[in-house]
Amino acid sequence: MTNVQSVPRVKKPDRGVILTAVVLVLIYALVFALEQILPPTSMLFTVLKKGATYALVAVSMNLLNGFTGLFSLGQAGFMLIGAYTYGILTIPVAQRAAVYQYYDGGLVQFAMPVIPALILAGVAAAIFAFLIGLPVLRLKSDYLAIATLGFAEIIRSIFQWDKLGAITNGSNMLRLFPTFNDFNIKNAEGEVTLYLSTLVPFVIAGVCIALIVALIHSSYGRAFMAIRDDEVAAEAMGINLARHKQYAFCLSSFFAGVGGAMLAMYQNSVQAKSFTSAMTYEILLIVVIGGIGSVTGSCIGSFLFVACSEWWLRFLDQKQMIGKWEVPLLRNGFRLVVFSLIIMVVVLFFRQGIMGSRELPDLFRKKTAAKAAGKGAGK
Amino acid sequence: MMSTVLPYLLSGVSVGGQYALIAIGYTMVYGILRLINFAHGDVFMVAGILMVYISASGLPLYVSIPLVLVLTAFIGFLIERVAYKPLRSAPRMSIMISAIGVSYTLQNLVLYITGGLNQYYPSIPFISESVTIGTATTKMVTIITPVLTLVLVIALVMLINHTKIGMAMRAVSKDFETSQLMGIKINRVISVTFVIGSFLAGVGSLLYFTNYTTVIQTSGAMPGLKAFVAAVFGGIGSVPGAVVGAFIIGICENIIKGLDVILIKAGLSKQMMGLTTFSDAFTFALLIVILIVKPTGLFGEKTTDKV
Amino acid sequence: MKKIVAILLAVLMMIPAFALGENIVKIGVFEPASGDSGAGGKQEMLGMQYANSVQPTVEIGGETYTVELVYADNGSSADKAPSAAQQLVSEGVSVVLGSYGSGVSIAGSQYFADAGIPAIGVTCTNPQVTAGNTHYFRICFLDPFQGTVLANYAFSELGAKTAYCLAELGNDYDVGLCHYFQQAFEALGGTVISDTFPTGNSDFTSYLSNATAIGAEVFFCPVSIAYSTQIINQAAGQNVTFPIMGGDTLDSNVVVEAAKGTNVKLYISTFYQEGGSPEFDEGFKAWLNSNSEALTNNGGNDMIAAVSVMGYDAYFVALEALKAAGSTDSKAVNEALWDVTYDGVSGHIAFDEIGDAARDSAYIKTANTETGAWDFVTVQTVE
Repeated sequence: MTNVQSVPRVKKPDRGVILTAVVLVLIYALVFALEQILPPTSMLFTVLKKGATYALVAVSMNLLNGFTGLFSLGQAGFMLIGAYTYGILTIPVAQRAAVYQYYDGGLVQFAMPVIPALILAGVAAAIFAFLIGLPVLRLKSDYLAIATLGFAEIIRSIFQWDKLGAITNGSNMLRLFPTFNDFNIKNAEGEVTLYLSTLVPFVIAGVCIALIVALIHSSYGRAFMAIRDDEVAAEAMGINLARHKQYAFCLSSFFAGVGGAMLAMYQNSVQAKSFTSAMTYEILLIVVIGGIGSVTGSCIGSFLFVACSEWWLRFLDQKQMIGKWEVPLLRNGFRLVVFSLIIMVVVLFFRQGIMGSRELPDLFRKKTAAKAAGKGAGK
Repeated sequence: MMSTVLPYLLSGVSVGGQYALIAIGYTMVYGILRLINFAHGDVFMVAGILMVYISASGLPLYVSIPLVLVLTAFIGFLIERVAYKPLRSAPRMSIMISAIGVSYTLQNLVLYITGGLNQYYPSIPFISESVTIGTATTKMVTIITPVLTLVLVIALVMLINHTKIGMAMRAVSKDFETSQLMGIKINRVISVTFVIGSFLAGVGSLLYFTNYTTVIQTSGAMPGLKAFVAAVFGGIGSVPGAVVGAFIIGICENIIKGLDVILIKAGLSKQMMGLTTFSDAFTFALLIVILIVKPTGLFGEKTTDKV
Repeated sequence: MKKIVAILLAVLMMIPAFALGENIVKIGVFEPASGDSGAGGKQEMLGMQYANSVQPTVEIGGETYTVELVYADNGSSADKAPSAAQQLVSEGVSVVLGSYGSGVSIAGSQYFADAGIPAIGVTCTNPQVTAGNTHYFRICFLDPFQGTVLANYAFSELGAKTAYCLAELGNDYDVGLCHYFQQAFEALGGTVISDTFPTGNSDFTSYLSNATAIGAEVFFCPVSIAYSTQIINQAAGQNVTFPIMGGDTLDSNVVVEAAKGTNVKLYISTFYQEGGSPEFDEGFKAWLNSNSEALTNNGGNDMIAAVSVMGYDAYFVALEALKAAGSTDSKAVNEALWDVTYDGVSGHIAFDEIGDAARDSAYIKTANTETGAWDFVTVQTVE
């Protein structure tokens, strides 16, 4: 039960919380400023956009795996539902004939604004999660993992089914829906006057993560953690196991759905084919690298993971010369080898990940307090 | 009617036998460590890649095949020592994550070595040849697979039931800690389990890739998952169960691929329904149904939940 | 700490490129080097690399520029394409060539559009690549044309009345070409049964059984090289009687190698037939044979894939556009591309108002299972 105390109930904002707020404001201001200064083609913005998307998905997975102790591997499936819901609802009517080229423009003949579509994306994922949760949540640990993984595969097949093509466009790509770049404010000549394409995903992910944090600090969150630490004891304390597991599962899926919609916006196109179990594994590894049970860790983990895989380690994939000497081993794919070895080292030797179960405010508190919190999770 | 269904049955039995050989590795490891060894499918894939490279080096088949099997067994041993043994006292989730990490690493390593291109499996004489059975023509390997699978399974069951190491395995899978106290060298038993499992995956890969001829880094993922489902279906921890489960899944999968055509031929349907889309999904639907209706599988023993 | 060192190293390595102080123009190569289409993507890249070795410089606005090819591997998959496209964008390329495969081209398209970079599709045949945008061009024929050509050939020459079409789920190229084939074939009075298989599938025996069961007289599978070799191999194992037919993706020495020594009948349509330009053939083969890495990427022998020819032509179209633009600015190149004309190895190239090159003929080839080479059958055109 020590873990419950690792997230202290804060009555008055202490030093840690205030400093955290300052840091967050600074980060957002920096993102906004950088976007106005640097050329929009910089790889930095790719990393930031994708990082923000993955941060949300990783935190939603952490809510389930880290805070409630339910080992679910269905994340890719819920992201798929979110991404498709978003795409189907927001493709402009004029573009539908081009997208649904084999289905006479498809059945859906309206387009929604972005924000309601994002929320509906989450809702759709949560509804599916509710239905899946009814039978599946009774299963324990690894059986739950494999059952959710199986459901993700089933969802993928359903969305690819030709007979639903008038809605889902079959196995073909959905595209031409509003993306992050459509948030840039343009003048009459079509020149961008204010860049917002990176700030927007930060805001969406930020709001969602803030909601998750608030949830974790509520009585529901404490019930989730009690279930993680000891199901039997939690039940004895009067926590309705089935209902709380279902809450956690649906909420996690809601945010995974929103994350999926963000991924669609980032990628400009979406296709069921790419939401494989490999995607779930990637997100799981982010959670592990960040620290299971730390929201901050998942966020940091996402940005590190994306930056390494998309940007910093790219040079490992190309031949490099230092003077006349050609660096050996470097060729297509080496980046991923180095990357997976780093992950294995983290998994084997730094099981706490970057943050363990500490959060950002803990870092600003006095050392002893932070240590105590870290110890609590380390058990 | 029978002549319509026969080719699908043949394909199903063949692929079922190959799944069975992979499934045994899952079921044995799970029986002993309670670990879903996500990397097992990738060991199977690596065995395929090894064969490609070893036979390309010009070694004759009677050298290369045993060499591949020995190396595959060794890789299984190595994975256990490096990635699972250090985590023996860690929570189960950690080991499973480690298994996912190993799977990711093996795939990326093969991606790097092969450059991400399909590798063409050498054709093994005799088992690559065609034979005709009734109305269906197929490769020899289709016939050999189920026979070889059964022989290996019988040998394995004998090993488990009648040898000292087999007894140790059974003891460990019944109660990990007590058997340790009784003087069983746990690490040795676990290593042997991994060696046997990987060896069989190696044999499975020989048969599978002789039939399907190309290997790429993701080749092991789907067969691996399906074999795992087969193991759960048959009752995880039970070797015969895994084999039966694998054959059922292999046959169902191929019937579904042909279901549209079978229905049309039988006059039950007028047009293609696109049911092949669900050939993979069906396996998982089967898994979920069995988990909910009979979590111990067809042949599984009731396990006491260790708190 | 490690990361800082890594970044520093990366920065250091980039310095020599800038330090030389010569004029460099970057052309992005957006091709799959891995995944199901990796083999084809590599062959297409070979054409560009050969072209680059033949003509490494270009005159732009009175100054000589050295052409630098910048590679990004789109991994044959629509979810890896965005980051590959962004890599090219962030490298500041003037124009992009590629990709092999229509799905990845569509997936990367918007990134090039946002950055104002034009792209020249080499062998992506799906109409949606160039439709509705002003930055994507294409030098090859389109699927409605190719599908019709193949349907005509199957119906009239092979005498097939029932066709079985097989496509990979979610592959825009396969699905599109099957769709247009079906349209044309049914218009001729034939019957089509279409089927799909999931990505990563390797057991095609049941699909072959399906075709046999419905009495198909042609098996149309315009799939990636990786899948087509498996289909051919398993078809040989089942002793199928119907011919197998495919689109331009199957025009690869790897595929014909798979058919060698079997009794499978294989027909494909493609962009170029070896011998079309003896001068090019000779130069390209000499180049391949002098470069072991290139030879490996070509599948181990010096047979010329049509996609290499297309890659070669695409490179020169890009150079023409750069010359006409008189600048390395991508927007100027985009403007200039509309009026570029070029007589390439594969024929005359000029773009219409959609951005497609007018192409009115396709080569039909068949696999010679004894020699393991492609035999020329006919040139098909449609009115």
